[in-house]
Amino acid sequence: MHIPDGYLSPQTGGFFYLVMTPLWIAASRIVKRTLKARQVPYMAFGASFAFVIMMFNIPIPGGSTGHAVGGTLIAILIGPWAAMIAITVALVVQALLFGDGGVIAVGANCFNMAFILPFVGYYIYKLISVKSPKGSFRRALAAAIGAYLGLNAAAFFTGLEFGIQPLLYHTADGKALYCPYGLNIALPAMLIEHMLLFGWIEAVVTFLVIRYLQKEDPILIL
Amino acid sequence: MKTIHKLWILIAILAVLAPIGLVLPEHFRAGAAWGEWSIEEIKNLIGYIPKGLEKLSSAWSAPLPDYALKGQEGYPAIGLSFSYVVSAILGIIIVAVSIFLIGKFLSKKE
Repeated sequence: MHIPDGYLSPQTGGFFYLVMTPLWIAASRIVKRTLKARQVPYMAFGASFAFVIMMFNIPIPGGSTGHAVGGTLIAILIGPWAAMIAITVALVVQALLFGDGGVIAVGANCFNMAFILPFVGYYIYKLISVKSPKGSFRRALAAAIGAYLGLNAAAFFTGLEFGIQPLLYHTADGKALYCPYGLNIALPAMLIEHMLLFGWIEAVVTFLVIRYLQKEDPILIL
Repeated sequence: MKTIHKLWILIAILAVLAPIGLVLPEHFRAGAAWGEWSIEEIKNLIGYIPKGLEKLSSAWSAPLPDYALKGQEGYPAIGLSFSYVVSAILGIIIVAVSIFLIGKFLSKKE
């Protein structure tokens, strides 16, 4: 899901920097107001967890690979705004140091994985888990469903960003300038692989960690 | 032991196990992730290299591309797995230290 440089036009890359800037500013304001000093280690854990879990590439035999992000899990621990900052830091380090995801594309990658994913996942979790006790099975299930849908929402936007490229940017003879695959291919490709496999990985990882925290230290769960 | 310490142990275990994410795709002959093909792969897929893609793909040259240490790129599995773990540890330290600095700046004392 890490869009490399070259697959998005500079305009698309710039657009997502513009979209993310007010969101990053809002996140730092909200986090400054609400984050307690004792939550900082959990924020560092969340960012480290996202960084390392994304290194576990899961293969579709003979096809492509994908991975979990842990975005919903992080949002359940520290809230979606702090999760946005945590995942942004992981994505920026991946892009700058390891070339995983582009630098021009990092705004778009942050929009998908640091904004859409934790927010969709967290609010679906909140909706399903409403009024359930901290240690309940329903709460863990809500986290898993949120994680599944959050990752798929991120995959949807990634497919959208890829898919609009050949529509908007092509040469006079119809050759693509950036991503060559349109919405009819990019959207189903991103959605199907995440609905069938990677979304389930995200759900299981989230479920297991939440289940563990429910036993260990249920107060940590938002 | 405090929960946060157990969670850091989990991170350490994940860092050591990270090469699973390298070896499994290799074993099952899975290609690149969708939309993350190299210039050569995209040429094989569509028969040409999109002009803008070719130009922008080298916009940034990362010091440790694909989590591989210098000199270890293309090595057989053991060397690559080793540099994958080193990259995981390095990345985790940089990410965690960045968040502690950001958190120090943003969080309020209780």
